[in-house]
Amino acid sequence: MCNNSILNDPSCGTADHQNRRTLLKMAGLGGLSWLTPISQALAIDAERNQRKPTAKSVIILWLNGAASQLETFDPHPGTDIAAESKARPTAVKGLQLGEGLEQTADLMNDISLVRSLTSKEGDHERAVYNIKTGFRPDPTLVHPSIGSVVCHQLENVDKGKIDIPRHVSILADRGAGRGGYLGDQYDAFKMYDPKNPLPDLQKRVKQDRFDRRLNALEFLEQNDPFKQPKEKKFKFGDPNTQAALRMMSSDQLKAFDISEVPVGIQREFGDTPFGRGCLTALRLIQSGVRCVEVTLSGWDSHVNNHALQAGRIEILDPAFAALVRNLKMQDLFEDTIVLCGSEFGRTPEMNPAGGRDHWPHGFSMALAGGGIAGGRVVGETSPTPKLDPKNREQDLKNVRKVEDIHATVLNALGIDFQQELDTPVGRPMIISKGQVIKELLV
Amino acid sequence: MFAKNVLFAAVVLLGTAYLATKVIPNPEKVANDFDNSTDVESLRAVAVRIDNAFDSNWRERGIQSAHFAEPLQVARRLSLGLTGTIPSLEEIRKFEKISTDDQIDWWVNYLLSDDRFHDYAAERLARAFVGTENGPFILYRRRRFVSWLSDQLKENRPYDQLARHIISDSGLWTDTPSVNYYTVTVSDDTKGQPDPIRLAARTTRAFLGLRIDCLQCHDDALGTMELGTPDAIRTGTQADFHQLAAGFTSVRQTAAGLQETREENDYKFTFLDEVSEEKVPFKVPFQQELLPEVGTRRERLATWMTNPQNKAFSRAIVNRVWAMMFGKSLVDPIDDIPLFGERPPGMDLLADDFIQNGYDLRRLIRIIAQTKAFRMAPVAEFEFTDQHESSFAVFPKTLLRPEQVVGAVVQASSLSTIDDDSNVFQKLIKFGDINEFITRYGDSGEDEFRTRGGTIQQKNIMMNGKVVGERTTANDLLLNAASQINAFAQDDQLAIEMIFLTILTRRPTDVEADFLGSLFSETASHSGEQMDDEHSGFDRKSIVEDVMWTLFNKEEFQKNH
Repeated sequence: MCNNSILNDPSCGTADHQNRRTLLKMAGLGGLSWLTPISQALAIDAERNQRKPTAKSVIILWLNGAASQLETFDPHPGTDIAAESKARPTAVKGLQLGEGLEQTADLMNDISLVRSLTSKEGDHERAVYNIKTGFRPDPTLVHPSIGSVVCHQLENVDKGKIDIPRHVSILADRGAGRGGYLGDQYDAFKMYDPKNPLPDLQKRVKQDRFDRRLNALEFLEQNDPFKQPKEKKFKFGDPNTQAALRMMSSDQLKAFDISEVPVGIQREFGDTPFGRGCLTALRLIQSGVRCVEVTLSGWDSHVNNHALQAGRIEILDPAFAALVRNLKMQDLFEDTIVLCGSEFGRTPEMNPAGGRDHWPHGFSMALAGGGIAGGRVVGETSPTPKLDPKNREQDLKNVRKVEDIHATVLNALGIDFQQELDTPVGRPMIISKGQVIKELLV
Repeated sequence: MFAKNVLFAAVVLLGTAYLATKVIPNPEKVANDFDNSTDVESLRAVAVRIDNAFDSNWRERGIQSAHFAEPLQVARRLSLGLTGTIPSLEEIRKFEKISTDDQIDWWVNYLLSDDRFHDYAAERLARAFVGTENGPFILYRRRRFVSWLSDQLKENRPYDQLARHIISDSGLWTDTPSVNYYTVTVSDDTKGQPDPIRLAARTTRAFLGLRIDCLQCHDDALGTMELGTPDAIRTGTQADFHQLAAGFTSVRQTAAGLQETREENDYKFTFLDEVSEEKVPFKVPFQQELLPEVGTRRERLATWMTNPQNKAFSRAIVNRVWAMMFGKSLVDPIDDIPLFGERPPGMDLLADDFIQNGYDLRRLIRIIAQTKAFRMAPVAEFEFTDQHESSFAVFPKTLLRPEQVVGAVVQASSLSTIDDDSNVFQKLIKFGDINEFITRYGDSGEDEFRTRGGTIQQKNIMMNGKVVGERTTANDLLLNAASQINAFAQDDQLAIEMIFLTILTRRPTDVEADFLGSLFSETASHSGEQMDDEHSGFDRKSIVEDVMWTLFNKEEFQKNH
């Protein structure tokens, strides 16, 4: 049931309507209008305390369906809640990862963990929205995903430099990042297994016929009987067509083609769609893409949890590790934040079917690169949780909220995440209500 | 084997000959079999009052209005709004045989009796009622809910009755699909029970056109949420939201489905700045005097909501139907209609007529289709601005939603109508293509009437994607529009006209016809040359394909106008 704790919840929007800038605006409307411009300037200035960017891009390894923290980033071997799942040591003394994350374990000096994430969403779709946007679903507004915010905020920096989409989602269908109130133009470009040619970019006819089609299109757009002269400023009707054509013939498209990568490197990532997705993400970041999301589905282990998680870990481990290694080798690690996580975690208790169910009350996310220190662990879950529904937080130390991850990432990218953006109906909306997790910073 | 081939060829020939008679223009005007009943006169009378309201609004604001659109253009927007597709060439030929005065009325009636309308409108309503999420496994059956809505629309169930069923029905989510309105909100957080918070927010938005979601957490501090009565307008409070939510606590999810509980569960809440929980009584956020004393909480709520004096209920559906037909709501956002103060012209006239005429959705649609606003051209002789479009003095051009784009592409690749009477093969292809296309193109989701700008990926899909590509490639079996137009059109100008009608639902202008005619002429100049294959690019079939591709990629095709 709803209670006052919801006021700390960004979905409600209390603070979104009533933050300092909004209230100052109201003050202006209330008779202090001479103060308004100064007040606004002061308010904006006070809020713009972002640091120098330490990152340029983000890669999100999205474990769709919810990985079990107990079998991945937060094992408690030998306890009841482990239910016989095992752990292994890592390069960081005293830090353990779930069995099977062998390569990742060796790189833990470069990777940090947040083990105390909580949210209020226990349903997949709602939780995916929550994690990807930093807000709970709000029927009156679609919030932009983190990749869309990054592309929106860095648009001027990127202008004219990149022909391919700056926001790419590999192997996702419905869950791909969306532009929300920022507009469809910030939706992620969706692609599937990179071993196949990029869909919808190959012309279906020879160049001379394609040229004839474009000539006809240009003529018909410029002679459209339903357009005013001012609506004819774009050669082919709208700017998206021109951008799509530019993309079709861009050299930067090579970034999507992993066939030219030496076979040895391809193998490092694993011969799986996810592995190839991670390799593609690396190449896209190299080409100036701002956000790439690579999805590995199949983690929803309500039945036979251990075997299901182990199967997924087998795919995740080489790809995640190879990505970190190669980012470092190519001097991209300091410019790129890598996130690895799910919409929530899985229950500490096993169900009768040998599965673990949905658990938003203490789950993990891994972060690396882009100004994030390695080898650190933020938060803790109890190895012997009390599991009291009325007091979930007693089983956690240093509770962190989903939006804190957003604030940390956006801050690293030099984005003023506390600024308000106007939605299409003029509603001011803060980019993120989170707080930077300072323990993670270099 | 030979006999089989002959039989197959004969069937194809007979089929195409039959089709040809339906799609090649027949200059003879046929007798009008449309019954223009007195009912139409009553609709027109209401439409005239709405027109007058718009006229004075435009006059007051100094806004000049456009001229009327061509009937075919109006027919196209009706098809897109009511069925999510465009008229087939076969339908256009039928449409043109109706006398001009009756064409639109005939077309609206034709569409309203078509299952494509029932299914399409049901999905639009479902998005408002239950969203697009998959919901809880087992307990929620979205497809059953949509199918039930479609049946209600087919029966033309009065909208107030439909809403009362949704709010107050009990039973299993499979046998009584309306209860999926409740089961979609079930979650672990609510201990497997329907969520009164989500239901309160959803009900006010979907059925009352009010956004009071923010009151869940705090009183309205900005003075933007007016409740109360016209004589005593007040700002919304946190209590308003939770008192309404209390109306949804007398229902439990059980093994036998959604059941009314005998004893009414107390709804408790700790309000902002309070330290302890308090019992919250069931009340409604405005017009409390209309809330009956007797009945279960849900029955009382449903009765209050659909009371003829509760106009917010009718305004909400008027705004939604308007948005379906125009691609843009009368009040934007679609579910944020002020209870008090000024509302756009037409809103209250339509709502009053809706109430007085038994909450008849079809009548509402027919009246809107009669209005001047709906029949405006999307272009004018004078330079117009966004203000003209937002006030409906010029028909607002809006980007088609994904399901409309693919619906239109699928239909435009066939000269005959693709509907429930189409063959299974055609329907299967349609189903597969549509699903794949929408996945790639991107579903609009729940908030489907918001303004959108389109993406580069969508352009790639239209230019190079499978659905457009395969459906603009002529084949030897005369199974699609490209091959049929190539085969049936006796001359190039007729081919161009057929392509325009099939894809853009209009004839080409002289400038367009001349330009495209010159492309066809090139085939003649190359006719003596040796071709390396039949798609060398200078055969007539290739030109037909190229022109079709061009029109599919034209902004005009991808917009409602």
